[in-house]
Amino acid sequence: MNVILSFIQAHLELTYVVILSIFLGVEVISRVPSVLHTPLMSGANAIHGVVIIGAIIVMGQAEADNYLALILGFLAVILGTLNVVGGFVVTDRMLEMFKSKKTK
Amino acid sequence: MLSLIYLTGSVTFIVGLKMLSNPATARRGNAVAAAGMTLAILGTIFLYEHNGRHLRNYGWITAGLLIGGVIGFLSAKRVKMTAMPEMVSLFNGMGGACAALISVVEFNHMIRAFSGGVEIDHLQLLIVFAGLIIGAVSFAGSVIAWGKLNGNIKDITFGGQHIFNISLLAVMLILSVYVIAAQPPFTGILFALILLLSLVYGVFFVLPIGGADMPVVISLLNSFTGVAAACGGFLYNNPVMLTGGILVGSAGSILTILMCKAMNRSLKNVLIGSFGGTHGGGTAKEQGAYKEISNADMAVVLAYAHKVMIVPGYGLAVAQAQHACHELENLLEARGVEVRYAIHPVAGRMPGHMNVLLAEADVPYEKLLEMEQANGQFNTTDVVLVLGANDVVNPAAKKDPASPIYGMPILEVENARMVVVNKRSMKPGYAGIENDLFFQPKTSMLFGDAKHVLQQLVAEIAQI
Repeated sequence: MNVILSFIQAHLELTYVVILSIFLGVEVISRVPSVLHTPLMSGANAIHGVVIIGAIIVMGQAEADNYLALILGFLAVILGTLNVVGGFVVTDRMLEMFKSKKTK
Repeated sequence: MLSLIYLTGSVTFIVGLKMLSNPATARRGNAVAAAGMTLAILGTIFLYEHNGRHLRNYGWITAGLLIGGVIGFLSAKRVKMTAMPEMVSLFNGMGGACAALISVVEFNHMIRAFSGGVEIDHLQLLIVFAGLIIGAVSFAGSVIAWGKLNGNIKDITFGGQHIFNISLLAVMLILSVYVIAAQPPFTGILFALILLLSLVYGVFFVLPIGGADMPVVISLLNSFTGVAAACGGFLYNNPVMLTGGILVGSAGSILTILMCKAMNRSLKNVLIGSFGGTHGGGTAKEQGAYKEISNADMAVVLAYAHKVMIVPGYGLAVAQAQHACHELENLLEARGVEVRYAIHPVAGRMPGHMNVLLAEADVPYEKLLEMEQANGQFNTTDVVLVLGANDVVNPAAKKDPASPIYGMPILEVENARMVVVNKRSMKPGYAGIENDLFFQPKTSMLFGDAKHVLQQLVAEIAQI
């Protein structure tokens, strides 16, 4: 219990951010037409690509002789970028179709 | 400066997500979030400092970004509209793998620091483990989901599967708690074991789930990856990772629940229901007699109808028949036949899948009817053409309480004067249950690949 308390103390701001983000996520999504479920999921998929930032940090902090960190970090950067770029492009392609039929 | 960039990034994610949930602003929302992401990534590369030191290994980072960017861009551009759901699942898996890899490297750092005499922070270890497990489960699960959606992996169920899965999960968690709390000398091996178990769990978690429920699973795994990303945020005290991750985590969970609602099933049902195998439901029932209709007869029926309703399903997507379908529609409209499409909210493999597909073939928006609208019009419809859909038109969902899909809202096609079902064979649909509709006197079967059949119909009608 003490450990948890001291953790919250030490990361008070982050804890706030977490709790507020949870409610925000729920609020933002709660009223969506079912047609948009797929693009929304895909968009959210691209957003969690922020892990890429972690991968960049790992990579950037790796010592030159730490091959494990270098190789895995490199792999992580590639995979993370795939997630971000692919995610946004796929979402855009989906939404593009919605647009074209609206203008008809 | 960097914190300002991160703040901007977080705000764009929120705004982007908000805009994505409205059809009019969705595309701009996506662009807003993408811009925020780019900003955050560039900011991290150039401005991030840890203990006063900038990042190193720029060559590696740039190379990684380039490789990932090019592959991601090209595969996303080239993928066929029908394969979209698989692609999303695969990208999601990549994110999960990325989170897991970060945990592996960070754990390695910790072990090194520990042998150098630095005390290990239990909570930091906990976060590393959480990122590892969630990321690995999400990765393995997404890859399986991808394989299932493109048809390479079949549903596999075996007795005691749920007990097996739960025990696997329990072993994983107990091991993790033990490692975190006691930090035994052979921690490295245990860490690898937990990684392995997480991957195995991810596989077995998704394997038994039926293809019809895949969108729900992908959405769930999507929110998992979000949480894994948020673990990274805690690890590096990085607010943009944290907000992005948690936002997706919570939004993803809500989306998952919304999708379940559209199918009138509970999440629990989806996860442990394992459609098909365990429930006997309608499967045991004997097949009745059905009648077939030839392409030539069908062409005549369509050409002289007043109103035709097309019910597209996954079969249409698999056969890539959306253009042929639009062609048929044009031809019929030219003859004065009224053609509409009835779109079930979960037709295809993802909600909205059919809308996207038909839009690709330039089918006008006004011709797509949502389920409620369509159900109000079936009694004035002469012919319903069901293209590769099955469960969404199964009357058992209304009538048979023993059926696994009982309670799911369906398209009430049997109210129309005539129903023609195009399927490749008499095999049951994805839910693995028999469909009484096929044996009703009103119904005729038109076997064959949807695209092939549609092209023949077009040719026949053109000759009339």
